[in-house]
Amino acid sequence: MDAFIYDHVRTPRGRGRPDGALHEVTAVELLTQVLRALRDRNGLDTSLLDDVVIGCAQPVGEQGGVIARAAVLNADYAETVAGQQIHRFCASGLEAVNNVAAQVMSGMSQAGIGGGVESMSRTFMGADSGAWSADPRVVWHNYYIPQGIGADMIATLDGFSRTDVDAYALESQRRAARSWAEGRFARSVVPVTDLLGEVLLDRDEHPRPETTLEGLGSLKPAFPGMAALGFDQVAMLRYPQIEALSHVHTGGNSSGIVDGSGAVLVGSKSFGERAGLKPRARIRGFASIGSEPSIMLTAPAAVSAKALRNCGMEKGDIDLFELNEAFASVVLRYIRALDIPHDRINVCGGAIALGHPLGATGAMILGTVLDELERSDRETALVTLCAGNGLGTATIIERV
Amino acid sequence: MRHVSITKGADGIATLTLDNADESVNLVTQPWLAEMDAAIADLSADAGVTGVVLTSAKKGFMAGADLKLLVDGFDSMTRRQAYDFSQRATAMHRAIEKSGKPWVAALNGLALGGGFELALACHYRILVDDPKAVVGLPEVNVGLLPGSGGTQRLLRLAGARTAIDLLLSGRTVRPEEALKLRIVDEVVPAAELTDAARSWLQSGPDPVRVWDRKAYTSVEARGLLIPETAVLFTTAAAGVAKGGRNSPAAIAILSCLFEGGQLPFDRALSVESKYFARLLTDPVARNIIRTSFLSKQAAERGFRRPAGIAPSRVTKVGILGAGMMGAGIALVSAQAGIAVVLLDRTPELAEKGKAYSARVLGKEVEKGRRSAADAETILSRIQPTADFADLAGVDLVVEAVFEDTSVKADTTARAEVVIPPGTLFASNTSTLPITQLAEASARPDRFIGLHFFSPVERMGLVEVIMGSKTSAQTLAQALDYVAQLRKTPIVVNDSRGFYTSRVFQTFIHEGASMLAEGVPPAVIENAARAAGMPVGALALLDEVTLDLPLKIVDQTIAEEGDRYTPPPGVPVLRRMRDELGRSSRKAGGGFYEYPAGGRKHLWPGLSQHFPSRPDIDAERLTRRFLYIQAIETARCLEEGVLTTPQDADLGAVYGWGFPLWTGGTLSYIDTVGIEEFVAEADRLAQAHGPRYAPSAWLRARAVAGRPFYEKAGGTPCAA
Repeated sequence: MDAFIYDHVRTPRGRGRPDGALHEVTAVELLTQVLRALRDRNGLDTSLLDDVVIGCAQPVGEQGGVIARAAVLNADYAETVAGQQIHRFCASGLEAVNNVAAQVMSGMSQAGIGGGVESMSRTFMGADSGAWSADPRVVWHNYYIPQGIGADMIATLDGFSRTDVDAYALESQRRAARSWAEGRFARSVVPVTDLLGEVLLDRDEHPRPETTLEGLGSLKPAFPGMAALGFDQVAMLRYPQIEALSHVHTGGNSSGIVDGSGAVLVGSKSFGERAGLKPRARIRGFASIGSEPSIMLTAPAAVSAKALRNCGMEKGDIDLFELNEAFASVVLRYIRALDIPHDRINVCGGAIALGHPLGATGAMILGTVLDELERSDRETALVTLCAGNGLGTATIIERV
Repeated sequence: MRHVSITKGADGIATLTLDNADESVNLVTQPWLAEMDAAIADLSADAGVTGVVLTSAKKGFMAGADLKLLVDGFDSMTRRQAYDFSQRATAMHRAIEKSGKPWVAALNGLALGGGFELALACHYRILVDDPKAVVGLPEVNVGLLPGSGGTQRLLRLAGARTAIDLLLSGRTVRPEEALKLRIVDEVVPAAELTDAARSWLQSGPDPVRVWDRKAYTSVEARGLLIPETAVLFTTAAAGVAKGGRNSPAAIAILSCLFEGGQLPFDRALSVESKYFARLLTDPVARNIIRTSFLSKQAAERGFRRPAGIAPSRVTKVGILGAGMMGAGIALVSAQAGIAVVLLDRTPELAEKGKAYSARVLGKEVEKGRRSAADAETILSRIQPTADFADLAGVDLVVEAVFEDTSVKADTTARAEVVIPPGTLFASNTSTLPITQLAEASARPDRFIGLHFFSPVERMGLVEVIMGSKTSAQTLAQALDYVAQLRKTPIVVNDSRGFYTSRVFQTFIHEGASMLAEGVPPAVIENAARAAGMPVGALALLDEVTLDLPLKIVDQTIAEEGDRYTPPPGVPVLRRMRDELGRSSRKAGGGFYEYPAGGRKHLWPGLSQHFPSRPDIDAERLTRRFLYIQAIETARCLEEGVLTTPQDADLGAVYGWGFPLWTGGTLSYIDTVGIEEFVAEADRLAQAHGPRYAPSAWLRARAVAGRPFYEKAGGTPCAA
């Protein structure tokens, strides 16, 4: 059975700091507003939904306890709508969509919402540490290295210079600014309101359109201090071809820390008919994969190949690629590995400019590329993210 | 009871005094444990006893475990038995802690390892205010962890951060810091120690430890629910990687703290014992203890000294040549209280040699490690001269002139004119055969090699080389001199490069051979460091200069002709030196570039001149570095250059930095298992050349299943 995307909405991304516009909004409230917006703009009878699957990469504290179900009830959805929370690190939001699609494809569900939420200003990165990064035996066994250093390892191994990564970052900023200026995000972004009912934020707060290459070049590398604790040694033990790490990543060419939530409405053909909705795209297929965990961020090429295989497609069948800009080197390696032109990937800018609300990003960029397919009248897109501990997820969509 | 005694006072206060009957220090031994059990049972049952002072009649409180006992555990124990062994001492400590009576440890001196664990098991610790009264848990240094509650009590008294610091570094702390870290409760002057202990007992203390109270909890008990705990353990584990991945103790210690901190106390002690059992039955701890303690002490106590020869002392030494080595030998001799005549061709050169000592001693004074007066006394013992007549009256001559047979012969002859006939004559050559040098001497029986390592004042090893005519008495006296210098001797027989230089060459040549095979240079260096070598092979080549190995190769070709196959990396060395003009760090650059003010890095030209292949198995390279040195060492034993595995292993570890986790080159073969070693050496010979091929002798040894050490404790198998 086919699974179709009927709609997508996301919040703007607020700076993930105490002075960020969304800091006062709880994670469950962010998700609640997204669920309400998706329902209201589609006139959706929520009793038609089987499940709401929400990805979150720090599912502890106020983001824990199956935040999906809490938000379903909070948004006044029908109480029959189930909820689950899933965690595949940064790929959680995309995995949530894939999960709903799989339910629909199996025929066991008719419709659901896949999405994600992350208030990084309220539940900070590391709140959910886990054995993989903190149990000494596990850390040792798997050569654990924090992801930022993994990004520098990619740059070192592939020979990407500071200028290479900064130039990529600058282009991300340029594309994000152009997209806002041209209204490319207008269809999906729903403003977040406060307790007075007034708009708190209706635009992404993270981009710096004034960015220059010189400005980027003046930023200090972010990870030498952490590497000096011993992670550089771990990197060389795991990758003996590294003589010394080249620390090219900075706050300017790494994804931004932000708050946000996004959701995708997925359902069968008959669901669309019952709900009176027209499908926007078909989910052709998807895949997840594990790759070498120490460098951590190199799964996208492999998982893309796997997803293409699952769909019986080839690289040439894809019109647009969307790879989360966790770090510039991640995308540069992907471009080189797949041998694709830069103007076919992340065409609206990415997380370097817009920010990366960990567990929510996957759902957001799926929606972004769908909007872009429609705007530029193209057919197919492949969306992918690298994720913690070497994981990666990819989804292929096709307009209908 | 032989090792402990009890006195019971009328006021209800009993004193348990540790006083090992057989040793000068208190040690954890099986008989002592049995006596402690009995004593604790007695004191607990005696209703007249209301509190206990635990102290020692020795200068220190307690030094720790008997390492011989621990290393024997490797041979004799299964993991389960090692666990039980650990739990036995744990239970003794627990019996003190849960006796219902307050115990105070009156620490009259240093308390280390098992000794400090015992103190931690007491309800209160008072430490004497004396800078020598250090406390600590240094078990990590021997590849173990404190297995009698040390990790868990330290964690609960001082917190995870301090526990990680102390246990991973193994460092000891002085009283002031111990108090600050809360691992002792009071520091008092020696005269007040007993009174302080008694007055604490009289204050009516609660004999229940905090962790035995019902409501007890700690930050660590919440595990990774506390993000700061996660960061602490993540970064601590990364820090361990700075020392490579060959020592399991550090991660076991971290795991004890991480897992144990989340458990009730007795469960935590059990987990600690399980980690201890894993380490005790792992060859790494055995290797470290055997080589760095048992063999090293045996060597320093004269294990290789011929019996029946009266002890001797050098009071005045003549050192010929005031270059780097001569100057260093002069310094360490003067430090040992020996009068030194430091001779060179001109008074200026001799003065320059003495100035080296002034510089080193001056730095020590600057850092507060030595008084200015002491430095002056040492310096005054060195008499620089250019006059051979000043050698009159020396008991020993150490020749350290240029490495050239005729220069050495001339110097020897000129010295022998002056020195008394019975004077011991030592050459500090690192390469020239002693037997040949002795031909220049009128008394070859008194001629011996003393190969010091550079820098002399920091390197503890001395390779003592027997010429074919060297007498047993000469050896004994040379060893007495080494003992005076407080250095560690190994004794080897004459051969090209003796033992240490010969095997060390195989390491650096192997690095060049790998480059010739197309291994990327960074991989070569990282593979060597992954093995535990302190410096990569290419970096070392730069330091020793390519001239050194090439000179030896050329000499060997000249002498052996077709019978000799030079190592496969030799063309690389020649090309680097002769065509590319990169012969050493000294010459401005070699395999590395040495930018002024920056960090050295591999010379980018290497990839152009020595193209790399993909598909490199770095683990195999790491193994090759260890194997090539081990197999050359086995040849030295086979040829009689070496006579004991202890000499081999001490020489490897302390001579050229072969990794201690292996215990040394022959200990490494035992660690791999001699049968497996020979099988893998055969595979390496197939793939990389006959230099890896095991000899018939080694093969026979493997077939017979005969390791180099019969027992973990160090008894060598007969060769």
